[in-house]
Amino acid sequence: MTNLEKYTQIFTTVFEIEESKLKDLEYQGIKAWDSVGHMSLISEIEDCFDIMLDTDDIIELSTFEKGKEILKKYDIEI
Amino acid sequence: MIDYEKILNIPPYAYDKKEKEAFLTEILKDLTKHHYQNCSQYKGILDALNFNSEAGIRSYQDIPFLPVSLFKKLELKSIKDEEIFKTMTSSGTTGQAVSKIYLDKETASHQQKTLVKIVSNFTGSSRMPMLIIDCPSVVKNRAMFSARGAGILGFSIFGANKTYALDDDMNLNLDAIETFLEKHQGKPILLFGFTFMIWQHFYKELKKQNKKIDLSQGILIHGGGWKKLQNESVNPQAFKDALRDVSFIKKIYDYYGMVEQTGCVYMECEEGHLHASIFSDILTRRSIDFTPCDIGETGIIEVVSILPKSYPGHVLLTEDEGVILGEDDCPCGRSGKYFKIHGRLKNAEIRGCSDTYGPQK
Repeated sequence: MTNLEKYTQIFTTVFEIEESKLKDLEYQGIKAWDSVGHMSLISEIEDCFDIMLDTDDIIELSTFEKGKEILKKYDIEI
Repeated sequence: MIDYEKILNIPPYAYDKKEKEAFLTEILKDLTKHHYQNCSQYKGILDALNFNSEAGIRSYQDIPFLPVSLFKKLELKSIKDEEIFKTMTSSGTTGQAVSKIYLDKETASHQQKTLVKIVSNFTGSSRMPMLIIDCPSVVKNRAMFSARGAGILGFSIFGANKTYALDDDMNLNLDAIETFLEKHQGKPILLFGFTFMIWQHFYKELKKQNKKIDLSQGILIHGGGWKKLQNESVNPQAFKDALRDVSFIKKIYDYYGMVEQTGCVYMECEEGHLHASIFSDILTRRSIDFTPCDIGETGIIEVVSILPKSYPGHVLLTEDEGVILGEDDCPCGRSGKYFKIHGRLKNAEIRGCSDTYGPQK
């Protein structure tokens, strides 16, 4: 699997949402992506890419697209 | 309107008395106006007090306080019903009324950011493996958070590889704890829980089983009130000593906070003093006439916070008693007021995350 496929799959699994809806998805935009969902998302991303995000990045990671940029900082190209 | 993005980037203990007074007064004045315009009950209260929010506020200390118990009796909010994103409740035991705090997305997000700014001043910005001294079911209902669940979730951002030390029947899960400790041996770890839960289900169980675990690299953050421990004659020092005895933990920080002003916690510093950040403040008032107390004089605690925008909870009179020990001169180096909480006022209703926790089984 490519990094993009892994990244996409995390979102579709954690939030039980179709891939087509990910493009404009943002924090608090759907019921599943609330603060509980957010922490599940973070721990899935960390496990999958074997990284530990800084607290500031956890807060910043507020859209599907933004997450890709943040992961670059951790040398994960998506 | 208030530029929270900018404000929340200011270091949390940066301002001295004069700067902080001007800063808080400006923001809290705006918030008072905002709630006056958007919450009819709040308007009713200020009008009944004949309070003029334009002329009447020279300092934030002049803004009328609402008693926290009002949030149990009234549904106070400054947003439309369709904007409610989360409702938080205080942790009242069965039979007691609970406070309901209505949050929109904006206020909820500011609460989390503020908590991060304040707590990382004590723990550093890098995250640590986290052991939560509570049971997993406490964060189950997502739309309706108890104060306990909200506390755990809010502090989870500082942790990774989260493990719960108790099972859903509140039994100590020693296997989980030992696996967790083995995996993170030698690394700093974060422990979080509510004071009474830690005492009752963690310390006492370890003691009973005559078991010692190595938490010498741990940082424990705990809150939720001392009343139940006071009933067992356990004071903060005895609490620390007892935990050190079973777990060798050195860094233990208490915090003071309440669901009505989530995000603005008052962390205990290395000197054992609770500190107000620039995002909130505490005042002490005399019970006779509600005039402000002097430093060193015990009074009723009033809390102000710049965060409550979706509900009129920016200036509240608590049911706690305490004393301001000083301002801008704590040996730990942080500016702002530092203080001590004595406990609940006599005859006040029992509340607080660990105080309301009823006996198990």
